[in-house]
Amino acid sequence: MNDQTSAASAEKRASSDGLLSVRGLEVHFPIRSGIIIERQVGAVKAVDGVDLDIPRGATVGLVGESGCGKSTLGRAILRLVEPTAGTVTFDGTDLGALAGEELRRMRRQLQMVFQDPMASLDPRQNVQSVISEPLRAHGVGGDHRARVRELLDLVGLPASAANRYPHEFSGGQRQRIGIARAIALEPQLIVADEPVSALDVSIQAQVVNLLEELQDRLGLTYLVIAHDLAVVRHIADIVAVMYLGGLVEQAPSDDLYATPLHPYTKALMSAVPIPDPAVEDARQRILLQGDLPSPADPPPGCRFHTRCPFRQPTRCADERPALRTVAGHPATHRVACHWAEDIEAGRIQPAAEAVIEPDPAPDPAT
Amino acid sequence: MSLSEVEATTESEQVEQAAGNLRKEAWKRLRRDPVALVGFALIAFFVLVAIFAPLIAPYAPDAQPGRGMITPTNIPGPSADHWFGLDASGRDEFSRVVYGARQSLLVGVVATLIGMAGGLLLGTLAGAFGGKVDAVVMRIVDVMLSIPGLLMAIAIAALLGASLWSVMIAIAIINVPVFARLLRGQMLAQRGSDYVLAAVSIGVRRRPIVLGHILPNSISPVIVQATLTLATAIIEAAGLSFLGLGSADPRVPEWGRMLADTQRYLASAPHLAFFPGIAIVVAALGFTMLGERLREAIDPKYRR
Repeated sequence: MNDQTSAASAEKRASSDGLLSVRGLEVHFPIRSGIIIERQVGAVKAVDGVDLDIPRGATVGLVGESGCGKSTLGRAILRLVEPTAGTVTFDGTDLGALAGEELRRMRRQLQMVFQDPMASLDPRQNVQSVISEPLRAHGVGGDHRARVRELLDLVGLPASAANRYPHEFSGGQRQRIGIARAIALEPQLIVADEPVSALDVSIQAQVVNLLEELQDRLGLTYLVIAHDLAVVRHIADIVAVMYLGGLVEQAPSDDLYATPLHPYTKALMSAVPIPDPAVEDARQRILLQGDLPSPADPPPGCRFHTRCPFRQPTRCADERPALRTVAGHPATHRVACHWAEDIEAGRIQPAAEAVIEPDPAPDPAT
Repeated sequence: MSLSEVEATTESEQVEQAAGNLRKEAWKRLRRDPVALVGFALIAFFVLVAIFAPLIAPYAPDAQPGRGMITPTNIPGPSADHWFGLDASGRDEFSRVVYGARQSLLVGVVATLIGMAGGLLLGTLAGAFGGKVDAVVMRIVDVMLSIPGLLMAIAIAALLGASLWSVMIAIAIINVPVFARLLRGQMLAQRGSDYVLAAVSIGVRRRPIVLGHILPNSISPVIVQATLTLATAIIEAAGLSFLGLGSADPRVPEWGRMLADTQRYLASAPHLAFFPGIAIVVAALGFTMLGERLREAIDPKYRR
């Protein structure tokens, strides 16, 4: 399963068993102005040049703060949003070249799980109709009632759920319905856009475990979009960190969490509390200043340089870094930072105001 | 399913807030709303009167039981024999008002249904396709809306010739843009929703998405609007008949026409204007009361 059709822009190595390969993907939303004659006055660069490989059977986690374009990337991969440029190659097929009926047929292989399980279910459809809809849409024969019962059982819902309506269920149960719908056609890839962030914390683990269980049983490949690093760490094999429309770091999950190389990843990691007060008090934390810049007018050079505590006077502001490997780290760990080596070696220190130093004498009373 | 029970208890609040409960809740509020109930009772009253008109009315609408009692200066008012008095031709006014309910309700319902059908067609076209289709359809709708409704209805009815059908069609046409615009707005809002995106991602074809998902979820405000339109349709039908654009058959009583016929006798027989006028007002009021409250019950903004 090679990238037979990979585009010329694909200079990156192609995974030998890649299921999905994204090259130079861009999604720009035009900003229009004018009353009678509309003209384009700019573009929101929601996704701006992303390369991503998803190996068959793996779970890739995509993290980033809200507004960084991760949901748009997920939707562009599924062609729910039209990409402006770039290619998405799924199992040797260029999805961008498909149209109409061909694309509709291909959707069988690519499914989506949504963030808000209530909004993603038609309130007027009962569960039987929701879950059998993909079967009907693709003309799958057989006993749909039996198949729906089977799918409900697979996601841990009783068969009696089939005759009920979405509003009669709890959030976690609704998400199970959404998952049952997504696996009904036995797809190869599921894009899960914040699959648990709308759920109670007590329910999140159940749904994450269900996703993992289904992956084992059905051989699914996942792209899990999330802002919760803990969830991603739990479920993902490979993690890609996104910032303002581009990937800044990509690595196997363990590597990334053990040795984050990009300053942004470091900042994200230090925002996650460590459930050990001694370690939590003793560690150095990096705080990000300011807000995410507007994707309509992204900063030149490194997108992150406006907020980067390790910013250097040269290169950062005028040269956009590409994803690259760093000596001493596996080839699968790639980072888009000009100064990754120097930061790792400690030759570049973060700006003092961005750092919360460990409390030298923690007051036991507080 | 112990698991689902646990989830159900931890998230029972969430279930209560669910959007799917909107309809059930709206219905519950409607049943407790005195204004809606009065409106419903008025509508039911007129519908029953229309259906059972031959049983209620003591005389046929074209019978002239009081022919001998009429002089140009003396048209008898209400009495024990003729509750609403007699009209200028000696016909029983009560019987004519009762039979008139048939015409008025028929015009109101048919005109509203045709108008709604036209509006659904245009609104669905605009809302489902968007882009150029939407722009063209909506400009047509804007043009229609820019012409005063009654004026346009008069023009259409005059063009079609005086008949019951031309009144119905005229009223239907002036209501098409109202329904079209309403539905289009609703459908555009639904089009961006997650469940529509979900249907696309599953690979559902466009037609079932539009007809099976978007349309059913956009229709509620249209139904509400139809209830309100019924009220105005009854008034507009009376208006057109008053202007002589309705059915030319004088034997068939129609409230608006009855009002028109009474003009010359207004000073000597005010009861001839009073009773059909009251009937128009009360029938329209019934539909308005129910429609307004229906709108408020469905619209979360009005929640108290």
